[in-house]
Amino acid sequence: MSGNLYSPTLMRIAEARDEAPDVRTLRLEFANPAERERFFAKYRVGMFGLYGLPGAGESTFCVASPPTRTEYIECTFRRVGRVTAALQDREVGQTITFRGPYGNAFPIDAWKGRSIVFVAGGIALPPVRSVIWNVLDRRDEFGRVTIVYGARTVADLVYKHELAAWAKRDDVDLVTTVDPGGETPDWKGKIGFVPAVLEETAPASAGAVAVVCGPPIMIKFTLPVLTKLGFAPADVYTTLENRMKCGVGKCGRCNVGSLYVCKDGPVFTLEQLKDLPHGDM
Amino acid sequence: MRLLEAKKLGDLAAALQAAGYRVIAPVEDGGVVRLREWQPGERIVTDAFAVNSAKDFLLPRSEAIARYRIEGNDFEAQDVPVEAPKTALLCVRPCDAASLAAMDTVFNWDYADEFYNARRAATTVITLGCTTADEHCFCTSAGGAPDATAGADAVLRPADGGTRLVLETFGEKGEALAAAAGALLAEGDAQIDPPAEVPARFDAAAVTAWLRENFESPLWQQVSLACLGCGACAYACPTCHCFDIQDEGNRKEAVRYRNWDTCGLTLFTAHAGGHNPRADQSARWRQRVMHKFAYFPERFGMLACTGCGRCGRLCPAGMAISETCAAIDREAKAAKR
Repeated sequence: MSGNLYSPTLMRIAEARDEAPDVRTLRLEFANPAERERFFAKYRVGMFGLYGLPGAGESTFCVASPPTRTEYIECTFRRVGRVTAALQDREVGQTITFRGPYGNAFPIDAWKGRSIVFVAGGIALPPVRSVIWNVLDRRDEFGRVTIVYGARTVADLVYKHELAAWAKRDDVDLVTTVDPGGETPDWKGKIGFVPAVLEETAPASAGAVAVVCGPPIMIKFTLPVLTKLGFAPADVYTTLENRMKCGVGKCGRCNVGSLYVCKDGPVFTLEQLKDLPHGDM
Repeated sequence: MRLLEAKKLGDLAAALQAAGYRVIAPVEDGGVVRLREWQPGERIVTDAFAVNSAKDFLLPRSEAIARYRIEGNDFEAQDVPVEAPKTALLCVRPCDAASLAAMDTVFNWDYADEFYNARRAATTVITLGCTTADEHCFCTSAGGAPDATAGADAVLRPADGGTRLVLETFGEKGEALAAAAGALLAEGDAQIDPPAEVPARFDAAAVTAWLRENFESPLWQQVSLACLGCGACAYACPTCHCFDIQDEGNRKEAVRYRNWDTCGLTLFTAHAGGHNPRADQSARWRQRVMHKFAYFPERFGMLACTGCGRCGRLCPAGMAISETCAAIDREAKAAKR
């Protein structure tokens, strides 16, 4: 490879949707068609990118849309600092910068014929949503699809339109939940924490894989439930969300043990994580 | 043997400068010995160690990696030329040259970093063999030696009691250097001075083995209590390469910079949402030691430390990675008994 490794491409904001308080989705189109082709030649679900605005900086988010939708990419992120605020303040029609795709992917081709259980909490649905879309776009290739998704409050649930669409499908088992106290009077979903709701839902583990993304506390209590349900560590996938700057294995920020999360991850199985220094995650 | 009279080192620098090299050499600067661009007439310091490392000229502490012109809500990318002047690192030490293997690896192990590579390709490394060492030197414990040649394009070996320097070159860059030196070099014989004695301070293999088993150990708290988290050790380190990327901008233009950063600083791993995987200084000091003596060897088959001792010389709290490694070595040996 040659050329400036850190030079991003330009993306035009085609659509912006508010998902939850401070959480917005941007649908982005490649300003340069050749860059779009280059991206989709490489992109597999689970990979990430660096989204930026000159003068503000770059931030790392997953690509929240799947490789089966090749006209655009989407990212969904919460406004927490300088870069995310600058990106959310951009309007439809304006441009931002993008580098990627980087990192590894969920091996969904290896999941053909298997059932998939998705477990997500709060703002961690976006990385799971790209896998869900990818699987639903290739629905015939997979077994049962179960989605357990929770947030602190009803307002904090992201992708509300899609949750409604998934709920209507008879080839998807969707369970949504909010933390106790986070419900509204007309809330029809569950009330309880994700790990408990997952245990109650009890999806079959035989021949199934699980994809889990969420805040560290949710992950911590969800993994034992999956084990109890019979999921083997090699069949449980998650992503590490270490802070990154370069995305290409140079800047050293995302190191966990001898791994670069940006190169060896962000997707890992529980089997792979058990030998890593958990104090660095 | 190709010989240079030691007192003609300045003439060599001048000849290299005349041949178009930017000459970087250890010179007195503000009361310390520093590697920086040599100016005609300056004395090249051969009896003390520079506070900074050769890294400064391959990975500058701050450099532009992207540049934009801004007009209203639009922006346009500008060219970012790589600044890579033809450079001679003159009289750096074997521990500096040894560090290049780690740097070359990081910046090329998958994606290639053109900024680093352009400067690396334009750089000729001329080491000065060490005939003295101080209490911070520990190259012999980190796979090096005071007369090692790894990473060098040419070496100058002190001879005849320091009055002469014997030039040995490796490859094209070394030969180009000898050609630039021209008549300053004379064929002859000289008695090469004995290299410095650098006592072994720890067994690196034993340290690596212990680290693999001891991510959790009370030792980490003990050896890191003094650490202020200032990052001086990393900035002086010839192999520390971690960096940050930050933007600066106004309404007319924006520049994206790569700046040195280090795992010793609190914000290095802090998530925007508040979670920080390395929440205290012992976790950060552990990362520094682990990275150099366990993770880098595991990943790339080499230590990310060359025993130059700069970290120990600079630390305002009196810490040194060599002392941590020695403590680990003692702990490992005690555990075996």
